[in-house]
Amino acid sequence: MLKKGIILAIIVAFAAIFLNLLSSFNGNTELSDLSSYYAKNEPAQIGAANLVTAIVVTYRGLDTLGEVVILFLSAAIVSFLLKLSHDEQNNEARKNELRPSSELLQTATRILVPIIFMFGAYVFINGHLTPGGGFQGGAIIASGFVLLLLAKPDMKINHNLISTIESISGVSFVIIGILGIFLAGGFLDNNIIGLGTFGTLLSAGAIPIIYIFIGLKVGSELSSIVGTYNETQKEN
Amino acid sequence: MIYIILSVFLGLFILVMAVVAVHNQNIKVAIIAAGIVSLFSSILYLILAAPDVAMTEAAIGSGLSTVIFFYVLNKIRKNNA
Repeated sequence: MLKKGIILAIIVAFAAIFLNLLSSFNGNTELSDLSSYYAKNEPAQIGAANLVTAIVVTYRGLDTLGEVVILFLSAAIVSFLLKLSHDEQNNEARKNELRPSSELLQTATRILVPIIFMFGAYVFINGHLTPGGGFQGGAIIASGFVLLLLAKPDMKINHNLISTIESISGVSFVIIGILGIFLAGGFLDNNIIGLGTFGTLLSAGAIPIIYIFIGLKVGSELSSIVGTYNETQKEN
Repeated sequence: MIYIILSVFLGLFILVMAVVAVHNQNIKVAIIAAGIVSLFSSILYLILAAPDVAMTEAAIGSGLSTVIFFYVLNKIRKNNA
């Protein structure tokens, strides 16, 4: 009874807080100072048609680097911890066969996976023009990989290839960032090879290159997480 | 106007699914409900003009994390059996 009373009191307190927020909310009819600065100066400074991308990759580029590092760390920790249990259980030498997936899924996978991979690549290559970018494209590629794993659970995953792609793209991202110190205004500045024509594919300086690397990195990291989980299903 | 009605319905449905995800005794149903919460919130993000967030939510929230939850569930069951 007391517990329910406490829960009710907490809910009422939250309702009071949110009611307060809601009553003081009035929608902005114009951009705030920071937003109008970005909207006004972005085409000349960055040259990306997608303003969100310009903010994520260049104005707040260091945050993106941090996010990529966090994702890398979580992928590394997952594969490290699951690798340990993998070795332990191999000693028991008991392997179960996974049930094969339906023919419907296998046939659909053969048609859909190339299209999904291509759409992921499209999303991160066009990140500076259309909504989306490296993270979104990488996540789409990883979901295509999940579909592949669901259709063929016994598939051998080439971990060397995945980690090579992942580390090369990570290092290249940082190298491009450092090049910005010497050729442009500072770390992760995109204006190292000229801005190009606004709104075309080869515009916005280094942003397409950076996003291709981020897309490959995020895609390979998420794929390796899912692939490691899939491998641990076979044993025991 | 139709967007407001649609987003209110989506929000109510998300709330219902969230309650199902927390209170259902069957873990499989709870995982699917959590995936549905992500899927419908990605539609809500699209209505609120945030296509970037919608893409990430649809791919990671409803796709990858649901699959990982099922992998972990399967692994825990095998180890406890």
